[in-house]
Parts: sequence; structure tokens; C-alpha cells
Amino acid sequence: MTQKPLLEVEGLKTYFYLDNDLVAKAVDGVDFSIAPGETLAIVGESGSGKSITSLSIMQLINKPGRIIEGTIHLHNENLLTKSGKQMTKIRGNDIAMIFQEPMTALNPVYTIGNQIIETLRKHKKYTKQVAREKAIELLKLVGFPRAEQIMNEYPHQLSGGMRQRAMIAMAISCEPKLLIADEPSTALDVTIQAQILDLLQEMKERLDMSILLITHDLGVVAEYADRVLVMYGGQVVEETSVENLFEHTKHPYTNGLLDSLPSLEKEVKRLGAIRGTVPPAHSFPKGCRFSDRCPHVMDQCYGSNPDLLSIEPNHKVRCYLYD
Amino acid sequence: MALEQQLTNNETSQLHNQNQGNEILVEAKNIKKYFPIKGGILKHTVGHVKAVDDVSLSIKQGETLGLVGESGSGKSTLGRVILRLLEPTEGEIIFDKEDISHLSNRKLRNYRKNMQIVFQDPFASLNSKMSVGELIEEPLLVQSSATKPERKQKCIDLLEKVGLRASDRTKYPHEFSGGQRQRISIARALALNPKFIICDEPVSALDVSIQAQVLNLMADLQDEFNLTYLFIAHDLSVVKHISDRVAVMYLGRIAEIAPKKPLYDNPLHPYTKALLSSVPSTDVKHRREKIHLTGDLPSPADPPSGCAFRTRCIHAHEKCALERPELTDMGDGHYVACHLYDQGR
Ligand SMILES: Nc1ncnc2c1ncn2[C@@H]1O[C@H](COP(=O)(O)OP(=O)(O)OP(=O)(O)O)[C@@H](O)[C@H]1O
Ligand SMILES: Nc1ncnc2c1ncn2[C@@H]1O[C@H](COP(=O)(O)OP(=O)(O)O)[C@@H](O)[C@H]1O
Ligand code: SF4
Ligand code: SF4
Ligand SMILES: [Mg+2]
Ligand SMILES: [Mg+2]
Repeated sequence: MTQKPLLEVEGLKTYFYLDNDLVAKAVDGVDFSIAPGETLAIVGESGSGKSITSLSIMQLINKPGRIIEGTIHLHNENLLTKSGKQMTKIRGNDIAMIFQEPMTALNPVYTIGNQIIETLRKHKKYTKQVAREKAIELLKLVGFPRAEQIMNEYPHQLSGGMRQRAMIAMAISCEPKLLIADEPSTALDVTIQAQILDLLQEMKERLDMSILLITHDLGVVAEYADRVLVMYGGQVVEETSVENLFEHTKHPYTNGLLDSLPSLEKEVKRLGAIRGTVPPAHSFPKGCRFSDRCPHVMDQCYGSNPDLLSIEPNHKVRCYLYD
Repeated sequence: MALEQQLTNNETSQLHNQNQGNEILVEAKNIKKYFPIKGGILKHTVGHVKAVDDVSLSIKQGETLGLVGESGSGKSTLGRVILRLLEPTEGEIIFDKEDISHLSNRKLRNYRKNMQIVFQDPFASLNSKMSVGELIEEPLLVQSSATKPERKQKCIDLLEKVGLRASDRTKYPHEFSGGQRQRISIARALALNPKFIICDEPVSALDVSIQAQVLNLMADLQDEFNLTYLFIAHDLSVVKHISDRVAVMYLGRIAEIAPKKPLYDNPLHPYTKALLSSVPSTDVKHRREKIHLTGDLPSPADPPSGCAFRTRCIHAHEKCALERPELTDMGDGHYVACHLYDQGR
């Protein structure tokens, strides 16, 4: 990549300090960058630290959680040194986020129109009239033919897919440079999921946005991302291009995920499940965090946690098999 | 070599299963389930949600019938009606050659033992105040004459069968992960040695690695106990993996039903085609052409006239607004409800 990154995250650690003196290391030393116009996916099972990574970028971490280390640069400016007020401006203007459950972002007591108009007026200083026209335009853009009517409807009057689209309209209203989409389609049916993800793709091209796409669906990754981070136990265990991830899978965890997946293309009698479960963030196994589930575990793996190393240009793996 | 041997054994046992699977265990005939919509201050019925609107299907002994369709298409409602957890508005349910549609609750009890359900949400579906032992033994206590030591032994056997430990008997649901809770639900469903289990999105809430564990377990249990499954899910890849035949529902109706191979290799209904083409694939080399559907699922309170799919169908023509297409036999157990096939293939 020759282009200067839009977002650069280095050594990010976000811990939760629990009542019983335990520390949940939800994000524990994560580095990555996103180029302008790029879609970077983060995959991993629930509890691997995907959402906390994205909430850290937005600085929406609440007590007992805290970002304890690291830097997050957006166009060379360290977001972690910004004041609360400055961050509020950056959220919405430069970085926007869409969630799995649209009702967390939509206010049930205001119409869809009012909410988009409010966002636009807050960030863009439009007059009411201009904001209104712009809102209708946005709703048409995200696929509402009857946009004028939707303006007057409340979130509960819309189906899940429609709400998701309304939230996307709100998120892209200020033309952010980075859109963080945390499981944007997980609760939707495949036909609606395809509509939403294609819409995001189209918006990305039109507005030249970068997307951080968080998902646990490897099919979604394959179809919509350029590059992928695989997370496990609060850390990146593999990072590479989409092609590489599926064609030259390296990390035993990534392999396990792929083998667990029933596919439309190939038929297997039994699925290759990964044994055990994701460990809680306050008690990872000693050594490699995947060692208690790994089919290739060696003595060395119980001793210390491997580093994330470049094994080829554009392919990083955290595993002693590739030392 | 050993592996090959094993495969052949598996295949023969599968054949065996199929041969004895010619008997129909469950049959639903022209099932309708309409929910009244109350409106106005007097709470009069102002309309009906046609959650299930004239559905017929049958499931053979030892078979898995997959049921797919968008959210709100009526899958769970159909499942509940078949178990008579909901009263059908119209239609008949035949279980093991007996019409159970009009049986009184008391008479139904004998059948209930043979029909169980496992739900999607392993968090909500287990009573958090009951220990695992109490949860699994409850059906035995209510519906069998097993003594206390017998119940305990059965519970331990079941826990081991589903991959948990005998010592888990005294624990409570919150002490388990999602996948483990789903194993507890399955053990509970198996307690009375049922013939038929409805699995309503049993793995939808689980991560892929845990989903695979549970799917493997369900397949093993089916082989061991010759269980018959109605497997409800959104995920078309999961349904393909586990099912023998698959039914596709749209807005309370069956759009297409066929053995799995023809359904996935040669889908006929425009909705099935769109659905299959929308599944994101991990095959980065060979991309499928996507068929884009526009618009959302219409309200089941006010379904389109004629073919329910016509508002989103690229092949919709005049007849589609006028006449409801009936399921047409396309040969080899493949049925489709679409006017494009009124004259057969
Ligand atoms: N008790 C009820 N009263 C009124 N309407 C109902 C009731 N139960 C279900 N419905 C409606 O019937 C339709 C079918 O619902 P059902 O739960 O069977 O769908 P489903 O296919 O299982 O969906 P999902 O995939 O979301 O679980 C929906 O429109 C739903 O809102
Ligand atoms: N508010 C919180 N308090 C304590 N632990 C938390 C909190 N939020 C998240 N965690 C823990 O941090 C880890 C990562 O969580 P998350 O980023 O939400 O995972 P993902 O999005 O990958 O499913 C998990 O182990 C989770 O239990
Ligand atoms: S370091 Fe060892 S335990 Fe960890 S993934 Fe690699 S082989 Fe497995
Ligand atoms: S009957 Fe008409 S509208 Fe319905 S699926 Fe067939 S072609 Fe499309
Ligand atoms: Mg998450
Ligand atoms: Mg349901």
C-alpha cells in the first residue's frame, strides 16, 4: 500500500476493570490501518473484541472500561488526545457508525425525517429547508422510493431492513470519511442483507469512504472486504488480503472457522467444529490464547504468546507454526 | 483404509435409514393460522395476520425437512401449529397416522411425548431458576412414571449423550455458554424418547464453531434414535447441510418444496432463486451472479392478491395479480407454486 492510511491504530489496549479485581482484556494490543476507500473487515467469534475495538475508535467506552494504551490517528491527528467536545464533532462528521440493532441509533420518539434533519443541522449548519431537502435526497439514495412519506414515519413503523437503511442514511448524511459498520446485516434476511451490503458498497464508491466492517460472517467478508483482520482473545491473529485469507489460510483458528462453515458449494458429512469455546477476556489460557482449542498445539504454545509476524508481504500471522 | 471402511458403513446405514423412512410420520393438510388484529377503542377485530395461509406438507420417518424463509414468513407459527402449541384456524395435523387436530388436551398428552421442540434462544428458553437436572428431569416427572433414581440416571445418560458431564446436573443455566445451553435444551427435548423434534432456529444464535458442534450432535442423535426433524432456519447453508428435503416459505405459503439436491442445484421458484443467489459465498474465485430483490416483505395482514411474491418478482405478469399459484408437481418430489410452471417444466 503506497497510499497514506486514513486511520491508523497502534498498540490499542482497552481493558475493563471488573468488581472482583479481575481485568477483562477486551482489546489487548491491536494494530491496523485503513487506506482511503478501503474496506477492512474484522472477523472473529463473539467475545473476541471486535465491537470494543470499534467503540474504542469512536471513544464510546464506558466505565468500568478504559483505553489504557495506544494511539488512534485519523489523518495524522491522534484522536486519543481530543477533548470530549472535539470528539463529538468528529463523530458524525468524520467517522460515523452503524450498529447491528438500528434501534440503538434511532430515537423512537422522533420521526425518521426529524432525526436526519437534526443530524444535518448539527454538523452542517444547514437551514431547516435545505436540511429537509437533503434528508429526502438521502432517503431516496438508500432505496426508499416513497421518501417523503418515510420522513414522517417513526422507527417502529418500519421493518428491520428499512430501519437499517434509515440508519445508514443518517450515518452517511455528513459524508464521513470512515464508516464503522458493526454487524450491519446480522439480524436481517439474506435478500435484505444483500440489499444493505450492496448499498454500503455503492455509498462507499460514491462518497469515497473507507469502511471498517465488523462481522462474524466469512461469506460477507469474502464478498465485501478488501482486507481482513481475524481477531481472537482481544488480539489480531491473522491479517491479510481477502484472497489470501480464503486461498492461503494460515492460522489454525481461521482454518477452524472456515471448516465449521457449512457451504452451498461443497457437501461434507460432518462439519469440522473447533472444540471448546472462546475464553472470557479476564482469563485467557497461558501462552497462546488459542492453545486450549488448537488442533496443532505444541509444547512451546503453552509457554508464551506468539507475536504477530509478517510471514509474507501482506500476510501477518500470530502462531508458532510459522516462526 | 479405515476411513473408507467407515464411509461405506455410514453409507449403508444411511441407505438403511432411507428405506425404513418411507412411512410418513407427520402430515399437515391445508393449515391456516390467522391472528386477529384488534383495533379501535372497542378492540374489534379489524383484520387478520395471515401467518400461515394454506400450507400442506409431510415428513417421513427418520427424515429432516428444512424450512426456510424470511423473518415473518410464518415458519415458527407453522411449527407451533403442527405441535398444537397453537390452534390452527383451519386444517388437519396427522401424526403417526392419527388425526390430532381435534384431540382434547388430555388425549394430546400421549402424543406430546413424541413431539418436542428446541428453540433458537438458549438464554430465554430455559428457566433460570431450575438446575440442569430439574430441567431435564421435568418432562419425565410430568409425563412418565419413572422413579426418582431412574430419572436421575436418565438425566446423567442424556447429559453424556449431548456432550456434557454428569456433574453438570447440579448447575444452573447461567453457568453455561450459549452452545452448552443449547445442548441442555436438546437433552431436555430427548428425555421422553420422542419420535419427532421441531428445531426452531436451534443454531442461529451461536458462533460458527459452536454451531458446527451442535449440528454434528444433532446429526449423531438422529442416526442413533432414528429421529425425525423439522429444521427451521434462516441460514440456507445450514439447512442444506442438515436436511433431506427443503421447503421454502414466503408470506405464509410454501413457494417451493423439493429434495435438497434439486432445490439447491436447480431451484425453480423466482424467490428461491433470489434467496440462493443472495447467500454470500466464501468462494472468492467463483462469484455467483446475484439476483437483486427490491422492496421488503409485504405485510402478512395485507398480502398482495394472487401470488404473494409478485411485488418483488422480476417475472411477475398479469395472471400473477389475479390468481394464486398452486403447488405444481414437477416430478421427483419437486413442487413449485408459480405461474411460470403452470404447464409443467
Ligand atoms: N401471537 C401472534 N399474534 C399476532 N401475530 C402473530 C403472532 N405470532 C406471529 N404473528 C405474526 O405472524 C407472522 C409469522 O410469524 P412467525 O413467527 O411464524 O414468523 P417466522 O417465519 O418464524 O419469522 P422469524 O424468522 O423472524 O422467526 C408475522 O407477521 C408475525 O408478526
Ligand atoms: N462492559 C463490559 N464489561 C466487561 N467486559 C466487557 C464489556 N464489554 C465487553 N467486554 C468483554 O470484552 C470482550 C470483547 O467484547 P466485544 O468487543 O463486545 O466482542 P465482539 O464484538 O467481538 O463479540 C468480551 O470478553 C466481553 O465479555
Ligand atoms: S501458536 Fe500453537 S496453539 Fe497457538 S495457534 Fe499456533 S499452533 Fe496453535
Ligand atoms: S407466480 Fe408470477 S409473481 Fe409469483 S413467482 Fe411466479 S412469476 Fe413471479
Ligand atoms: Mg460485537
Ligand atoms: Mg421464527
